[in-house]
Amino acid sequence: MKTLGNYLLFLSSQFVRGESLKILSRRFIDEAVLIGISSVSIVAIVSTFIGAVTCVQIAYNLTNALIPRSTIGFMVREMTILELAPTITSIVLAGKVGSNIAGGLGTMRITEQIDALEVMGINSTSYLVLPKILAAIAMFPLLVILAMTLSILGGYVAGTLTGSLTPQEYVEGLRDAFIPYNITFALIKSVVFAFLISSISAYQGFFTKGGALEVGEASTKAVTNSIIGVLLADYLCAQVLL
Amino acid sequence: MIEIHNIHKSFNGVEVLKGIDGVFETGKTTLLLGASGTGKSVLLQCIVGLLKPDLGSITYDGKVFTNNRLDLKQEIRRKIGMLFQGSALFDSMTVQENVEFPLKMLTPDMTRDERMERVDFCLKRVGLEAAHKKMPSELSGGMKKRVGIARAIAPNCTYLFCDEPNSGLDPLTSIKIDELIYEITKEYNITTVIVTHDMNSVIEIGDHIMFLHDGLKVWEGSKDNIMDTNVKDLNNFIFANSLMRAAKRVEDEGGEIDKL
Ligand SMILES: Nc1ncnc2c1ncn2[C@@H]1O[C@H](COP(=O)(O)OP(=O)(O)OP(=O)(O)O)[C@@H](O)[C@H]1O
Ligand SMILES: [Mg+2]
Repeated sequence: MKTLGNYLLFLSSQFVRGESLKILSRRFIDEAVLIGISSVSIVAIVSTFIGAVTCVQIAYNLTNALIPRSTIGFMVREMTILELAPTITSIVLAGKVGSNIAGGLGTMRITEQIDALEVMGINSTSYLVLPKILAAIAMFPLLVILAMTLSILGGYVAGTLTGSLTPQEYVEGLRDAFIPYNITFALIKSVVFAFLISSISAYQGFFTKGGALEVGEASTKAVTNSIIGVLLADYLCAQVLL
Repeated sequence: MIEIHNIHKSFNGVEVLKGIDGVFETGKTTLLLGASGTGKSVLLQCIVGLLKPDLGSITYDGKVFTNNRLDLKQEIRRKIGMLFQGSALFDSMTVQENVEFPLKMLTPDMTRDERMERVDFCLKRVGLEAAHKKMPSELSGGMKKRVGIARAIAPNCTYLFCDEPNSGLDPLTSIKIDELIYEITKEYNITTVIVTHDMNSVIEIGDHIMFLHDGLKVWEGSKDNIMDTNVKDLNNFIFANSLMRAAKRVEDEGGEIDKL
């Protein structure tokens, strides 16, 4: 309970006498590049394989001759867009971005760099943390869109290469009963996850005490807490928004 | 001029500062002297507001600093330059960017060229003309300290705080850094507070010295009368240094020593 209070205080401190827009926007761009570009490859690899594996496993389970093969394409689409792309991507990013944020801020804390900012009269949460959270909120949806596209492509490649279904069947399945809201839902989820991962990790890193050992601990805590946060939020979003 | 009054600070029930008063005058270097663990760094952090004292007040040129609104605090802080015990350079930035950083943040109307000029000037002042593009990880400890000083003085600070500016440095570099801080203080009429346990610094630049022991200020004076004290803890501290012992011996035998 006390932790929750501190976390909320920490979040609100970003807006008390923050830095100028010019400085913040420059910091935002730096962070966005860092979070976005550096995560593209891992997200691409993970999502392609997830699409491929999903497709192969559905094909394996779908032995009933009465169900059309295009159902495989349909199911790959539904599973990846609704759940796999946003959630698995976010969990992967919790590991990558979360540990990076917590480790970076933790190191700045124990080497007195955050104190140095404070002594200069700079609001260190506004300068360091706010751009990270905003950048994550901006970049996660883009990465999730990439993940959706690539996992559907991965499914296509795996499905046609293994001969489970023809390209026409796959595309037919993809187009079947498509609900655009599902994509909106996934993107809303990714924004929620982005906020949780970046703010939880920043909180862990920012209040690191001690030395290098504690920075490592803060990173680990950041990742585990973020993942728990993501899964809880995933469930809540499904309850509230579907 | 900075005035502190009755500063108390404890951690987990252990009282580290037990009520410290003091005046740090403009244009002078005030040294906070004391053995390791007496709370010098804690006092310094209380004065700049990184730690909140449990009790006591701090004023900067008459403006109340403790328990004040954040914006008033920030206004004062923008006039503070601080050198940290571990330098605290921003390790994602080059030396040049480190020194430029406070200018960028605190003086937004400065043009890029003006900033560069100031950075060059400050780095030259600390004898680091050729290190602009280096990263902090590529610097030696002494170079880091000097970059730290350059960063602290870049925005024309009014108050300068240095936490052990010459710990871990060779005697020659440490004298140079002391002299640098001393010159800057006189040249720009800054209020400078230096935490140290180095007797060399005391003799070289101690305009005003406060000796802390066990969370209290037990002696106050200048380099000229520090040898004549009969405060036992301070005597122990001074004459733990063998050179000081030798100097004392010479003096006792009626000899003359320059400088002391
Ligand atoms: N954040 C903190 N939490 C708990 N105790 C602390 C904290 N900071 C300092 N202390 C304690 O306060 C005492 C004084 O520490 P301080 O760092 O001020 O010593 P110092 O005089 O600067 O010593 P040195 O010359 O070795 O730097 C120490 O006993 C230390 O354990
Ligand atoms: Mg200290």
